[in-house]
Amino acid sequence: MPSIRTKEFTPRASEAINNPTIQESLGRLSNFRQGREEAIAEFGQERWDEYKKRAQEIKHETMEHLDHYLDMLSTNVERAGGHVFFAHDVQEANDYVAGVAQANNVKTVIKSKSMVSEEMGIADVLESMGIEPVETDLGEYIIQLAKEAPYHIIAPALHKSKEEVSELFERILGTPAQSDITALAAIARKVLREKFLKADMGMTGANFGVAETGTIVMVTNEGNGRMSSSLPKVHVATMGMERVIPRLADLSTFLPLLTRSATGQRITSYVSFATGPRRSDEEDGPEAFHLVILDNGRSNMLADPQLREALYCIRCGACLNACPVYSKVGGHAYGWVYPGPIGAVVTPSLVGVPIAKDLPFASTLCGACREVCPLNIDIPRMLLKLRSDANEGPKGTRKANRVEAMVMRGWRMTVGGPRMFTMAGKVATLLQWPLSRNRFLRRLPPPLSGWTRSRDFPKVAAKPFRSRWAAMALPPSKEGSDGD
Amino acid sequence: MAARKISLFVTCLVDQFYPEIGEATVRLLRHLGVEVDFPADQTCCGQVALNGGYRSHAVAVARRFVEIFRDSEAIVAPSGSCVTTVFTHYPELLSEFPELAGEVESLRNRTFELTQYLVDVLGVEEVGAFLPKPTRVAYHDCCHALRDLGVASQPRQLLQSIDGIELVELTDCESCCGFGGTFSVKYSEISTAILNEKLRNVDASGAEILTAVDASCLMHMGGAMRRQTMQARPMHIAELLASGLPGGACA
Ligand code: SF4
Repeated sequence: MPSIRTKEFTPRASEAINNPTIQESLGRLSNFRQGREEAIAEFGQERWDEYKKRAQEIKHETMEHLDHYLDMLSTNVERAGGHVFFAHDVQEANDYVAGVAQANNVKTVIKSKSMVSEEMGIADVLESMGIEPVETDLGEYIIQLAKEAPYHIIAPALHKSKEEVSELFERILGTPAQSDITALAAIARKVLREKFLKADMGMTGANFGVAETGTIVMVTNEGNGRMSSSLPKVHVATMGMERVIPRLADLSTFLPLLTRSATGQRITSYVSFATGPRRSDEEDGPEAFHLVILDNGRSNMLADPQLREALYCIRCGACLNACPVYSKVGGHAYGWVYPGPIGAVVTPSLVGVPIAKDLPFASTLCGACREVCPLNIDIPRMLLKLRSDANEGPKGTRKANRVEAMVMRGWRMTVGGPRMFTMAGKVATLLQWPLSRNRFLRRLPPPLSGWTRSRDFPKVAAKPFRSRWAAMALPPSKEGSDGD
Repeated sequence: MAARKISLFVTCLVDQFYPEIGEATVRLLRHLGVEVDFPADQTCCGQVALNGGYRSHAVAVARRFVEIFRDSEAIVAPSGSCVTTVFTHYPELLSEFPELAGEVESLRNRTFELTQYLVDVLGVEEVGAFLPKPTRVAYHDCCHALRDLGVASQPRQLLQSIDGIELVELTDCESCCGFGGTFSVKYSEISTAILNEKLRNVDASGAEILTAVDASCLMHMGGAMRRQTMQARPMHIAELLASGLPGGACA
């Protein structure tokens, strides 16, 4: 598993906010947002909503009978001549893949983009065995060279400017500086072509695993999913156990939602299907096909009715693009594989709330994520649940802050009745009296200093509304409310 | 217009920090022929605890709220986010009291944000407010009002009816101001970065007044507008809509 750096959320967020190049890159998220909106407008809002509803129903059906559909998927992959391995955790998944690589005497592995393989950290495992893993998605390739984690679910190198990419290629590949994006892509293509041809194993993810046919479906724009799954003699696909869908026909619901939500495309350049290894009458394709299905904590989410719907996610990235927090702090602040709003739900659920406590709290709960999500996943509600788990969950799973908890108990007493409430207001007016002459406070002590670093804070009113109500409660005639 | 009775839920923030918003709300409702009462036991809806991850406290406060307002015909608040707490979250918060289920369901459907009540329930098209001089006003969509309650056209329609107003639309009017309750304090730097982008759009609109349905968002944006001595000033929509009405001052 890649290192978990969720505890560094605040300093890494700060770094991003104060880095003008990163802020400029994050500004480009508006292209995704606009693309999505235009694509939906063209599709028709009403039709879009119907598709969303149908997708939700299919996911609901799948999750309610997940064991059944996973069993069907596995049976049909095996019927097509493939192997299926259910991995309880990352260790098991990595061991299995390492075993396959060893058995086939593999020297080079080409990989197409897969979040689950990031979750496994399989690249590091292969490297430690003396096997060269090569990312073949351009963005993934760039961050592999830079030794970084993906920045965005669908645009892993979103944060890199073309100057940075040129400098990176110059330093590592020894190619001359380039300012033209096409030329940079050409450099990568040339390097990757050679790797494609000599690789003895290909690893891909799976956007969908179709239960009724045993087919895995890869949605890409670069065709590298097809190359990775057909050129080498062994193809290993990894997927989270929630990627299964019941029927091939369900793709007609999910694909339009996925590509429009992700990039605003009607369809991506490549949608590749792989069902088992090459048949005897086929000309190309791998000799062996393995499907690794990963749990790694997903069963716990499935068992929790308040988190289950997070497994409906099709990883389109729309919630990242819409999120005001992600748009400022970027992907690395989230500290693990999955960034943004869905990451703030998935990461604490998979790695544990105590070490990822910042994530559910670092949200304004504005609801923009839920609004754009093609599966209507109620992320804000899940964040609230995780917040309360962090403060009030069972011992061992929570990470409460004593001082804050005390303040909250005080608050509860204060709002417990009008008398205490009024008194608290009076006390506050006395305390604030020496602090400022006008209606505002410019500086407050910690923890409220967080507010006054950029904002004035209003003083508590000398006479609260409840004390003014008596005067207002006089018969309306004196108010002159007959005027119209 | 048929006589209507509502109970005002003034919200803890307005009660203690912005009582003039409460007064404006009462003036406005009375002007429109609505009878207003103020249940004196009210304090908070529980949003503070819910947002902060102290669900158990939120549950206790929500229970109190249900008791206090159980006999009210309708409950109106000058806030979208407090109404959202009742409308969106009470059913789940109070789910451990199955005996309250029916009551909670009825209560959430009787609780309204001010402009939502005026337009959707009363069918008000204009309130008869006027501004002493032509004024450029921008409306900010507060997140909960917009996304949980569907409040977007109602405030705009009422604002348009004010004599002397020039309503301008903000670029990205639907994007969050970065407040988020405790978020603004705990993650101050992120909150400020989001806020600054919002304020750039306010500035670019040339607005003299920035209005919204929530005092909390206005406290947030207004606090920074004051710090940065921007030309625009914040004003709650109740105060704008009550402007020039009998019994109060002009905006
Ligand atoms: S949560 Fe929804 S919007 Fe976010 S990546 Fe998943 S499907 Fe897309």
